[in-house]
Amino acid sequence: MAGRTLYDKLWDDHVVRAEADGTALIYIDRHLVHEVTSPQAFEGLRLAGRRPWRPGAALAVPDHNVPTTARAQGIADPVSRVQVEALDANCAAFGITEFDMCDPRQGIVHVVGPEQGLTLPGMTVVCGDSHTSTHGAVGALAFGIGTSEVEHVLATQCLVLKKSRNFRVRIEGACAPGVTAKDLALALIGAIGTAGATGHTVEFAGAAVRALSVEGRMTLCNMAIEAGARAGLVAVDERTVEYLRGRPLAPAGALWERAVQAWGELHSDADAVFDREVALDAATLAPQVTWGTSPEMVVPVDGCVPDPAAEADPVRREDMRRALRYMALEPGMPIIEIRPDKVFIGSCTNSRIEDLRAAAAVVRGRRVAAGIRQALVVPGSGLVKRQAEAEGLDRVFVAAGFEWREPGCSMCLGMNPDRLAPGERCASTSNRNFEGRQGPGGRTHLVSPAMAAAAAVHGRFVDVRELG
Amino acid sequence: MEPFQTLTGLVAPLDRANVDTDAIIPKQFLKSIRRTGFGPYLFDAWRYLDHGEPGMDCAGRPRNPDFVLNQPRYRGASILLARDNFGCGSSREHAVWALTDYGFRVVIAPTFADIFYNNAFKNGLLALTLPAQTVDRLFRETQAQEGYRLTVDLRAQTAATPGGEAIAFEIDAFRRRRLLEGLDEIGLTLQHAGAIRDYERRRRAQAPWLFPDAPER
Repeated sequence: MAGRTLYDKLWDDHVVRAEADGTALIYIDRHLVHEVTSPQAFEGLRLAGRRPWRPGAALAVPDHNVPTTARAQGIADPVSRVQVEALDANCAAFGITEFDMCDPRQGIVHVVGPEQGLTLPGMTVVCGDSHTSTHGAVGALAFGIGTSEVEHVLATQCLVLKKSRNFRVRIEGACAPGVTAKDLALALIGAIGTAGATGHTVEFAGAAVRALSVEGRMTLCNMAIEAGARAGLVAVDERTVEYLRGRPLAPAGALWERAVQAWGELHSDADAVFDREVALDAATLAPQVTWGTSPEMVVPVDGCVPDPAAEADPVRREDMRRALRYMALEPGMPIIEIRPDKVFIGSCTNSRIEDLRAAAAVVRGRRVAAGIRQALVVPGSGLVKRQAEAEGLDRVFVAAGFEWREPGCSMCLGMNPDRLAPGERCASTSNRNFEGRQGPGGRTHLVSPAMAAAAAVHGRFVDVRELG
Repeated sequence: MEPFQTLTGLVAPLDRANVDTDAIIPKQFLKSIRRTGFGPYLFDAWRYLDHGEPGMDCAGRPRNPDFVLNQPRYRGASILLARDNFGCGSSREHAVWALTDYGFRVVIAPTFADIFYNNAFKNGLLALTLPAQTVDRLFRETQAQEGYRLTVDLRAQTAATPGGEAIAFEIDAFRRRRLLEGLDEIGLTLQHAGAIRDYERRRRAQAPWLFPDAPER
């Protein structure tokens, strides 16, 4: 018998019941809940007279709508306020633990889960949010679900699923200084497209992935959904174990030892067979910058905006033309001549302590350029914020002219007041450059934290490898 | 859930790839805590020339005459024809709710994003995949012939053109049955409550650190 992939093992460990056609009832170990995709699910439970199967398996935290300025005054937008209050009320009514808006542990759900040790290797983790793939970085099978499935998990602790195919992305070689997990993710999406991994679970492997910190692996897995994969995975290793040791909700003592021993199995067997494999060489990659309205519309920072006329496929050609019109860019323009109006450092992709350190290292001793209207740093959680402040990073940012904010999703999608005005251009560490994503008419360029920081202080995109 | 069996409907062609859920229903509308009322805001940024906000009365808003759903010939369409990777991006089920609330019961595309595809079937929206060449042809025929309608028969797994040609489509048997019968999935899963408890017992013995909360059932 051929060996099993990591995904095969995680799947097999969670099958409650399998049907002949391959459909399976899969047990869900952890359920993360936020305010946007849960109210209708709780309402569904109420209408059907159902109770949560296992309320202790869920953790709720409001993140999408929360203001990133002073929290004490509450939420000014009445519609946002109702949604956050609905989460508070539903959690109270159904016995679900919530880190509310004023809890020091509150933050973006995908930052909070691993930070608390709520997300552990070998688990199935779901959330009504596509970036749940983030948690795969610790060797958990984690994927986003819709509201009907949120209700299904609340009511049954299970989901009815069909297995995805196995896809391995091998990234060998070493990243040049200044080339980060975000650049690996964007380069991969540029290579395989935003539907390149649809129907697959992606396992990231290879020397460049092993060399990433667990936080870097989270950035990589976070973006798996932008390549179409519902779940991204990285095998468990020493770094995973060290990252989780001592986290508030991780096991302790003898149970910890037993868990660590079991986690030793959480890698693909040497003879495991993948349905698809792609290889990238990290050593050849430059920092990446998106130029269009889909994450696959990406080029190296030392490149130029591409010319749609060179695209053979007519549907793609028209999409490129539309994207260039929306982004107000001309074919052939060097990326380093693009001048952002705003800079956003944050989101579930890049708001962890290492991201803030990398950005601060670029900013230290410099000033935000005159052409930049606003530069925001939004830590991923209250604990990340506290850690950054203990290291003095907040003072580095504020001295340079950045705004230092409270944690939340913020300008990644602008459900709270942080958004772009029509026509504004943003260097953003978030995950989606869709039309209007950061505000109606806003123009997003996706980059790493160091690249966003460099754009802030230079007033245009620059190659961080040249900053020294 | 409303069952889906057969439907004869007007086809509207949305000729762009990678239509994301942010485009289908922009984020400001996700603040609603209801499942209904999203139809008027479907494709809001493409459909209207002004900026939409929740609760706005859309009757008097300036419409973008170039957007396909604003063309009189596609008024009342219930089948949306789309390109590759339809529904990519966020997991928001609001995208499906907006499509169904508008009146769509079928979306045809060569490929769909996974989460959107799942969400569609939970809400009686048939996400139908056809080969890219067939979709291409349907685009040409829809654009050439005003009033172009398809008859989608889920039981027979065919989409019949006005010319009477029945295009066969593939669909997972389990999804098909759920949609045909409009089944309550949670109710179906709860029929296996015993198996779920057995699994929990087995798993707790094997990996107790996964159950710091749960008392023995």
